[in-house]
Amino acid sequence: MRILIVFAILYFALIFLSLGVGAYFIIEKLELGEPFTVINRYILYYLGFDLIFRYMLQPMPVTDVQPLLYQPIPKNGVVHFSLLKTLYSFFNWSHLLLLIPLSIVLMTKGEQSLNTLIWAGGVYLLLLTNNYLNIIINQKTAIFIVAAILVGGTAGLQYFELFDLTPFTQPLFSAMYAQPLSIAVPLLIALGSYLYAFSHFKAQMHLDTGLAKKTEKTIAIDQKYFERFGKLGLLLKNDVALIIRNKRARMAVFAGFFFIFYGLLFFTGAIEAYDGVYWRVFAGIFVTGGFLFSFGQYVPSWDSSYYSLLMTQNLTYVEYLKSKYTLIQVFTAFTTLLSSWYIVFGWDIFTYVLIGALYNMSVNAAIVLWGGAYVRTKIDLTSSKKAFGDKNAFNYKSLLLTLPKIALPVGLFALVDYFLGATAAKLSIVAISLIGLSLKPWIFRRVIAIYKKEKYQTLKAYRS
Amino acid sequence: MIHVSNLSKSYAKNTVLSIDQLDLQAGEIIGLVGNNGAGKTTFFSLLLDLIKPTTGCIENQGVQVDQSEAWKKETAAFIDENFLIGYLTAEEYFNFIAGLRGVSSSELEALLSLFHPFFNEEILGNKKYIRDYSKGNQKKIGIAAAFIGTPQLVILDEPFANLDPRAQMQLQKLLKHFNSEKGLSIMVSSHDLLHVSEVCQRILILNKGVLVKDARTSDITLDALRAFFSDDPAEESEAS
Repeated sequence: MRILIVFAILYFALIFLSLGVGAYFIIEKLELGEPFTVINRYILYYLGFDLIFRYMLQPMPVTDVQPLLYQPIPKNGVVHFSLLKTLYSFFNWSHLLLLIPLSIVLMTKGEQSLNTLIWAGGVYLLLLTNNYLNIIINQKTAIFIVAAILVGGTAGLQYFELFDLTPFTQPLFSAMYAQPLSIAVPLLIALGSYLYAFSHFKAQMHLDTGLAKKTEKTIAIDQKYFERFGKLGLLLKNDVALIIRNKRARMAVFAGFFFIFYGLLFFTGAIEAYDGVYWRVFAGIFVTGGFLFSFGQYVPSWDSSYYSLLMTQNLTYVEYLKSKYTLIQVFTAFTTLLSSWYIVFGWDIFTYVLIGALYNMSVNAAIVLWGGAYVRTKIDLTSSKKAFGDKNAFNYKSLLLTLPKIALPVGLFALVDYFLGATAAKLSIVAISLIGLSLKPWIFRRVIAIYKKEKYQTLKAYRS
Repeated sequence: MIHVSNLSKSYAKNTVLSIDQLDLQAGEIIGLVGNNGAGKTTFFSLLLDLIKPTTGCIENQGVQVDQSEAWKKETAAFIDENFLIGYLTAEEYFNFIAGLRGVSSSELEALLSLFHPFFNEEILGNKKYIRDYSKGNQKKIGIAAAFIGTPQLVILDEPFANLDPRAQMQLQKLLKHFNSEKGLSIMVSSHDLLHVSEVCQRILILNKGVLVKDARTSDITLDALRAFFSDDPAEESEAS
């Protein structure tokens, strides 16, 4: 199973490396300005997104400290050890893959060697600051939300050309090159963050403080509202609780939410390769299908921690599937509502969002459940750190099912569009959605057959 | 009620359970006793169709458990924490099970009132998710849920373990109550001979996957039962 993580690490390492080598030349070619200055402008975003990614993916050291407490090691030593250990994390050394080649390129382009090295060191110190900041943020979700809004907000303001923060921050970063002594500033910041994390961490080294199992405050869910839908309501209520009360499920829904903005790449003509009109169908499916893809593909794994209960209870597979199907439809409808601002790009573009939503609700809602039936991943609901660690998360059969999910409507559209024009092509998607809707019982029977056939395997995977 | 024939379960070449023939009557409390690895949980898992038998089959209330799902209506179980939904509160969990079993909220309330001494005010009205309860209290929640909807057969794996002495006594009372007043059949497993001989009418002793003793509690003394777990072979042969 480690192989997936290795692949992910290799993949990102390669991206960092090629960015490090290529960034300078890309900026030069796009004529964005003097490359080094441009880099210094965007370091701000680099740091911001680094922090967000760390929050979402980097594992916390605190979890494996407890056994050390019973050993004859000074407490300070344990804290230093676990804080320093985080430096070996991929989230830290991966940046060197970018910074080192970038510095070399800068030097060959005539920048001072020593100054460049000091500059790179300064940036790296700020990234290490993020490392320790993340440890503190991890326990205070509010700070993360504020940080995410700040980063997102500044990026948004800049994108819509309302306000650009980077010209103000650029001199700060450029100064690290121009004034080598100014490295003292990031050095102090990094040290400060380390010491802060140290004191914060040390204060928590008791079984009844930081290491204590936290009792969450419960979030009430209106029972009465769901009761009127009978057994379906009962299951839907659980799914709502699942999403609201579990970090991992919240993350999936959160990730799905960002799909809404995916359409910007396609509808604004930002990327030339996506100008073909059939790409708009693709975009329509993705914009409204965020929840479907991020949550739906892990049904039934979301229920892995109590699958034994479901398998012995008075509950049929059809009832179970129907609740998940309804959940996906409701969320897709809601996402479509949230995507209605695409109407500012004109009615024509908006129709692509609508047909994407229609196809998702009628066809994909069922097919995604089909794909999920092949995935046997035990999901630890309370942890959000396993995004790369899921075994069997990729399965060739569920991969194959992306064909009817995406390739079929896009292909059909392209074909009809070529011969009959866009309007007919849009109608063809509507038609195929209706056909797909009538296939729902057949798809459900297939899914149930898989559930039954793989019951023992699934239980074994979930109970291990 | 339960009919076992030629049942065995093996992993690779290691046979963990092998029962040729066993019939269990309705309306009894049956105790399954054995050391770790004796096959108690394996037997329950087979009975609940959570694992597949290597050979043979189990019939529960007239249907073969791996062929039909009709037994699920009249059978309930609490085996381990995989039967709990960690992110629900105890009340929500009880309501969920009640909903699945078609039990009205007033019926549920009446049932739960029987469990109040057992819960010792630690379970209900706590505004706490099940995953935040202690192991013992989680067990109480799971055990109570198994009785929702008064199913014909209730299966409890190690119900006495992790409970404090008071709760153990309460549980004994509850099991006897549901058996004598409502006519439920109950199967419990345990390491503890004392509890089993206290509540069960029939005792099955498993050792390394084989049924070594099948006795009515009225016919066998606690000492004779103990002898099965003694290391002294002389004592063992004397008992059998």
